[in-house]
Amino acid sequence: MTPEPPLDSVADVKLALAEVGYLADERAALVAYLAQQLGKPVLVEGPAGVGKTELAKAVSRATGRALIRLQCYEGLDEAKALYEWNYRKQLLRINAQQHQGPDASPPPPAGEPGKGGRATPWDEIFSEEFLLTRPLLEAIASEQPVVLLIDEIDKTDQEFEAMLLEVLSDFQISIPELGVIEARTHPIVLLTSNNSRELTEALKRRCLYLWLDYPEVEREMEIVRLHAPELDESLARRLVEVIHMVRQLDLKKPPSIAESIDWARALLLLGADQIDRPLFEPTMSIIVKHRTDIDLVAERIGVQLGTPPELEAAG
Amino acid sequence: MSRDGLAPRVVEFCEELRAEGLKVGTSELLDAFSALDAVPWTEPTDFREALAATVAKSQEDRRIFELVFDRYFFRAAEAEALEREVREERRYEGADRLDLDQLREAIRQAIADGSDGEMRDAARLAIAAFGRQGEGSGVVGVDVQRIRRTLGLQASGRDGAEREGPALDREQIQAFERHLRRELERALIERTEKMPPSRPLAELDRALPTSPTQDLAAVHRAVTQLKRRLATLGHEQRGRRRGAAVDMRRTMRASLETGGVPLRLRYRPKHPRRPEIYVLCDVSTSVTSASVFFLSVLHALHDSFRKLRSFVFIERISEVTDVFERERDFRAISQRISREGGVADVSGYTDYGRVWLEFLEEIADDLDPRSTVIVLGDARTNGREPHAEVFARIAERAGRTFWLNPEPRLYWNYGDSVMAAYERHCTKAFECWTTQHLENFVNVVAGGAAAVE
Repeated sequence: MTPEPPLDSVADVKLALAEVGYLADERAALVAYLAQQLGKPVLVEGPAGVGKTELAKAVSRATGRALIRLQCYEGLDEAKALYEWNYRKQLLRINAQQHQGPDASPPPPAGEPGKGGRATPWDEIFSEEFLLTRPLLEAIASEQPVVLLIDEIDKTDQEFEAMLLEVLSDFQISIPELGVIEARTHPIVLLTSNNSRELTEALKRRCLYLWLDYPEVEREMEIVRLHAPELDESLARRLVEVIHMVRQLDLKKPPSIAESIDWARALLLLGADQIDRPLFEPTMSIIVKHRTDIDLVAERIGVQLGTPPELEAAG
Repeated sequence: MSRDGLAPRVVEFCEELRAEGLKVGTSELLDAFSALDAVPWTEPTDFREALAATVAKSQEDRRIFELVFDRYFFRAAEAEALEREVREERRYEGADRLDLDQLREAIRQAIADGSDGEMRDAARLAIAAFGRQGEGSGVVGVDVQRIRRTLGLQASGRDGAEREGPALDREQIQAFERHLRRELERALIERTEKMPPSRPLAELDRALPTSPTQDLAAVHRAVTQLKRRLATLGHEQRGRRRGAAVDMRRTMRASLETGGVPLRLRYRPKHPRRPEIYVLCDVSTSVTSASVFFLSVLHALHDSFRKLRSFVFIERISEVTDVFERERDFRAISQRISREGGVADVSGYTDYGRVWLEFLEEIADDLDPRSTVIVLGDARTNGREPHAEVFARIAERAGRTFWLNPEPRLYWNYGDSVMAAYERHCTKAFECWTTQHLENFVNVVAGGAAAVE
């Protein structure tokens, strides 16, 4: 992928995102644009399945930058997010040196010269050669500008957030044995959160904020038609309307955009030409995934769709 | 407005945001300026969004941001207009001659279409046509409601079926009301030629969305956060009595078998059976809007305190501890409570006096100085005997009694509210209709100091 020219206006960003298959609304496009212009990380919050992660992927595609993804989970620590010393290799090196005898040690291939003018084994084994880079360090140290996606930051604990602060505000990582590694290029950073807990003020302070919500009917229809182009327009509209009706209900897990797309594809496969009850009931498991939700949806929406097709109940 | 003119405005705007409780630091302000550098700030949406992205850092913040943004920049524009003596000429001179029904239909149409510009025009028309009768009250809120009534605007929803004309979307109507309000304010400013004093956002504007069909998710999020806080508090207290205590009396008894040598130690049961918190939750119609909030509070409490028994009541009382313990899902709980809570079969009017009597009868033996009683209710007795003396007995037996009232303190003791009679016996009574209030309360219960209100 060749790096594309920088995007100079909000409209450009929107267009570029649309070209790679992501229909952003004004808000998302503007924040994506600002992120690039100001070089600030973006915190994206919103319900599950509105395309938060997808936004990061689209930004990476649109800017032609590689995407580095850090999936967060409870118990994620520095060793898995930042860097780790490759202790096996370090042990081997020490072993090898002991066998050769301290005097005969050849100059290490990539080690830094020690402070006394000569490399001691201790300096050597704490050089970049023995460093295992993890996503954050990789993003910082990359030669090419990248997009860094820190997914579901709310799953980690507050200590981890605190650790992120250095990376996010100064784009640098301090490694005690090596010193400070600064970013060679400026990565675009996106953090996503499902809002399962309140993030710290300190983290928020360093980020731009974007709240993504379920799209309106029109935009969702465009999205569905983009991903299932063969779908008939009136059917697509009907589908999105039904999805919106379902979202209105009080569900454990309302259908996400991805699920409307899946459903659209399923309808295509089935060769459906309209959505009525006999079609809806067997296929609704694509959009609702909980036993109780299914009952509720069948009861409320199924009835509204009506068995005799022809005209819809609520158009 | 030139760019130089803009900077102080933005700073002023941020000051207002701070006054409403947003945490806008200098770094946010700097970000806002660099963001405004990057976007064409003459575009209204870009300007607004760029500011929002840098300054409002949560959905809740964003909601307040929108309110303050509208208020601030509307006022700024009006102040500017006053200064330069820009006036709008009267446009709708012929409004009196307009056929009312026709106008009503036109306005309805504009609201249904939902275009901003059209709604604004419709709002002006409405003011010209209806507002003139009786010259307006001078109080914007009153006028808005009157015009809305005259127009017969009804949101679609529960009983929308029997209204004349197609029902309108609730949000569209609210948008129309905003336009009305704004146009009325504009007219008022023009008439009096001075700015009205700036009012802080009414606390109610930013309160929790409480109607059940509305944003249950918002309540949930708030409670989830609360839960987290409660969880850590709980651990601390649980940790202290982890070791089992030796029950001397029973050990000595057992030692008789072995000739007085205590071979087998007897321990006190680790978990005392007796629940320590009793929650009584009013679910009658007068607190309908708050009861979802209350039930989710109950839900959160159940997750956090093991020793908790909960009751719901309207006219009579019914224990729902089981329901909460069996069901993990909040929605299922509220359904079950309304279905089998055993309170649905009565008149629907709260009878506090009777509730105390029943509660005391059922619980009396279990109440001891270690227990805490929490009442969630509005203390509106519907004119029935409040039996404050029974409540006093409950409060006496229990160690602590707290009352959470979903109404602002201002409304206490008005109408049939007998809050004062009960408040005397409570350890403390709280108004509780935002998560803020709730947190404050939790701090007190958990033993911490109350946050400053």
